[in-house]
Amino acid sequence: MARRPLRTDRGSALSLGAKLIVAVPYLWLIGFFLVPFVIVIKISLSETAIAQPPYAPVLDIAGGWQGIRDFLGGLSFANYITIADDDLYVLSYLKSLKVAAVSTVMLLLCGLPLAYAMARAPRAARPLLVTLVVLPFWTSFLIRVYAWINILQRDGLLNQALLWVGLIDQPTTWLATDTAVYIGLVYSYLPFMVLPLYASLEKLDETLLEAAADLGCPRWKAFFVVTIPLALPGLGAGALLCFIPIVGEFVVPDLLGGSDAAMIGQTLWTEFFANRDWPVASAVAVVLVGLLMMPIAVYQHLQTREIAGRR
Amino acid sequence: MRRGFAPWSDPTAAPLVRFENISKRFGDIAAVDRLSLDVYRNEFFALLGPSGCGKTTLLRLLAGFEMPDEGRVLLDGCDIAAMPPHRRPVNMMFQSYALFPHLSVAGNIAFGLRQDRLARAAISARVDEMLALVKLEGFGGRRPDQLSGGQRQRVALARSLAKRPQVLLLDEPMAALDKKLREETQFELMDLQARLGLTFVIVTHDQEEAMTVAHRIAVMNKGRIVQAAPPADIYEQPRSRWVAEFVGDINLIEGVVLESGAGEVVIRDKVGRRYRVAANIAVGSQIFVALRPEKIRILAAPAPPDAPNAMHGRIWDMGYLGGVSIYKVRLDDGSIVKASVANIARRTGQAIGADDEVWLSWLPDAAVVLAS
Repeated sequence: MARRPLRTDRGSALSLGAKLIVAVPYLWLIGFFLVPFVIVIKISLSETAIAQPPYAPVLDIAGGWQGIRDFLGGLSFANYITIADDDLYVLSYLKSLKVAAVSTVMLLLCGLPLAYAMARAPRAARPLLVTLVVLPFWTSFLIRVYAWINILQRDGLLNQALLWVGLIDQPTTWLATDTAVYIGLVYSYLPFMVLPLYASLEKLDETLLEAAADLGCPRWKAFFVVTIPLALPGLGAGALLCFIPIVGEFVVPDLLGGSDAAMIGQTLWTEFFANRDWPVASAVAVVLVGLLMMPIAVYQHLQTREIAGRR
Repeated sequence: MRRGFAPWSDPTAAPLVRFENISKRFGDIAAVDRLSLDVYRNEFFALLGPSGCGKTTLLRLLAGFEMPDEGRVLLDGCDIAAMPPHRRPVNMMFQSYALFPHLSVAGNIAFGLRQDRLARAAISARVDEMLALVKLEGFGGRRPDQLSGGQRQRVALARSLAKRPQVLLLDEPMAALDKKLREETQFELMDLQARLGLTFVIVTHDQEEAMTVAHRIAVMNKGRIVQAAPPADIYEQPRSRWVAEFVGDINLIEGVVLESGAGEVVIRDKVGRRYRVAANIAVGSQIFVALRPEKIRILAAPAPPDAPNAMHGRIWDMGYLGGVSIYKVRLDDGSIVKASVANIARRTGQAIGADDEVWLSWLPDAAVVLAS
C-alpha cells in the first residue's frame, strides 16, 4: 500500500525564522517583478503625451481624492484595441511564436543527440563535456552574435567554406534572412536545451535499458519507449527554457534577421525607442507576458500531475 | 521438491543450458575462468558464491549482456553467442527489479508481450494471469513507486515470467526483502517453478536461500565452479576445505592418516590426538577432518570408554539462538571446537553453562576427510 505521511499544517508548523527564509523569494518577486509589472500595466493603460514622463495621466497624490479619481478616469484600454486592430502587432506576435516554435524543435533535434552522447560518455569525461557546453557563456552574448555576422556575410566563412567544398558556385545570401535568425537562435540557446536534457539522461538507470533488451526490445526501440519517456521532464524544461526567451528575443533577429517581418521584441523596441510610445510598448509587453504564461501554466500543470501520480 | 529428479546423473540427458569452457575477462581480472556447466530442463539451479566470484557475470553471459572471451554458451544445443539479448528466449529478474518507472504495473508486465506484437486481448489476458500468479490482482493500474518493496519484487517476477522464458534468470531476487518475507518468497518461488515447469537459474550469496530453493547448487570462487551438487551433497560431502568453510559452520582438524582399512581410517592431529573417521585414504596422507558442529555430542559427564572420538575441554563461549545453542569448547591443548545442540526441550536454565567441564564425542561417519 502506498502510505501517505501524516502532514501537519505547514503554515502553523513553521517557525518565525523559517517564515523569514520563505519570505525572501516572495519579497524579491514582489519588489522586482510584481511592482514593476504593475507600473508597466498602468503605463499600458495611459496615453502618450509630449511630456516628462511621456505619458498621461500621472498620479497626483497632492490632488487628494479628486486627483485619484482624475487619474483613474484617464486610464483606458485604447492601446490594447490598437494592438488588436493593427496587423503589424498581430503578425509580429505570430512571427515570434512561429520562430520560437520552429527553433525549439530544431534545438530539440540538435540537443537530444548531443545530450545523449554526453550522458553515455565515460564518466570521467562528462564534467569536461559539460564545461565545453557552458564555455561559450564566457564570452559576451552580443559579441558571439556579431561573430555570426562575420561568418554569415557574403564573403564570410560559411560561403567560403561552401565554395571551397563545391556545394555552391555563387556566394549565397545568408545574412538578413530567417535562416540566419534560426542559425543564431539555435546556436545561442543550445546550452539551455542540452543541460536539462543531459541532467535527466544522465540519471537514467542503465539497467532499465538492459531490462528492455531482455524483454525483447531492440536498442533503437528502447530509446523511444524507455529513454525518451524518462527524459521527458528534462525535455519539457529545456523546451520551455528555450521557447519562452526566444519569443521575446531581440538581439538575434535584430542583428542577423531581415527587415521584412519583425519579431515582437523588435516591435517593442521600435515603440519604446524609435516612436517613444511608451503606452503602446507597455501594452505589447503585457500581452507578451500573458502569451508566455500559457506554456508555463501547461508545464506546471503537467508537473503537478506527474508529482501527484508518483505519490 | 520432486524425488528422483536428477537429470545431472543421467548420462543420456541433454542439458538445456551448457557453458562450454567459457571465460570472461574484465581488464586483467578473469570474472569467469574456463568454466563448464550444464543446467537441465525443469531444474532450479543456484549459483552461490562470495561477491566478485563471477556468478552474476555468468548469468549475464547467458542473458546476452556480456560476450564471452572464450568458449561457447549453448541453449538447447544451439550456440547463442551471436544472438543479441532481445532475441534470446531467456528472461531476467534484476536485483534492482529495473521496473520502468513511467509505466504502470500492467504496463511493465505487458512490456515484453508488446515486443512480440501479441494481440491486445491476448496481452491483457496474460497480464491478468500474471497478476494473479503473483497475487497482485487489482494492482495493475498502480505505478511502481506506489508499491512496497515486496510488491515491486513480485511485479519484477511477473514481468520476467510473462513471456514464458525457456530459462528464467534471477539475480539476487530477494536481496532487498526482509528475512521473513524472503523465506516466504523462497517457498513461493519453488512452488512457481514446479507449477510452471520452467528452468530457473538463481544467483545468490545467501547459502540458506540456495539450499532452500535449488535442486542443485554450483559453489563458485574466483570465476570457477568449485563444486556443483544437490544441497545435501554440498553440505555433507564438501569436496574441498573452501566449500566446507563457505557453506555452513565447520570444524577443521589438520592431521595425518596413521592406519587405513575396512572403510575407516585412524588420523592423528598435530597434538597427537587420534580420531576414527569413515573414509578410504592412503596411510601417510596429510588431510583435514571436516566436522559440522551439530554432529558433535556434548556431555556434561565423562564420556563412556567406548565413545568414539572423545575429547575433553571447557565451555569457552556460547550463544543461544532459540532453536539451537552454539558452544565454543576450548580443548585441553587450547584449540577451539564448535558444537551445536538442538534445544529440544523448553528449559528455564541452560544444562551446560560457561566454564563448565564437558566431554565431546562424534561418530566416525559424522566427519568428512578432505585432501585439500
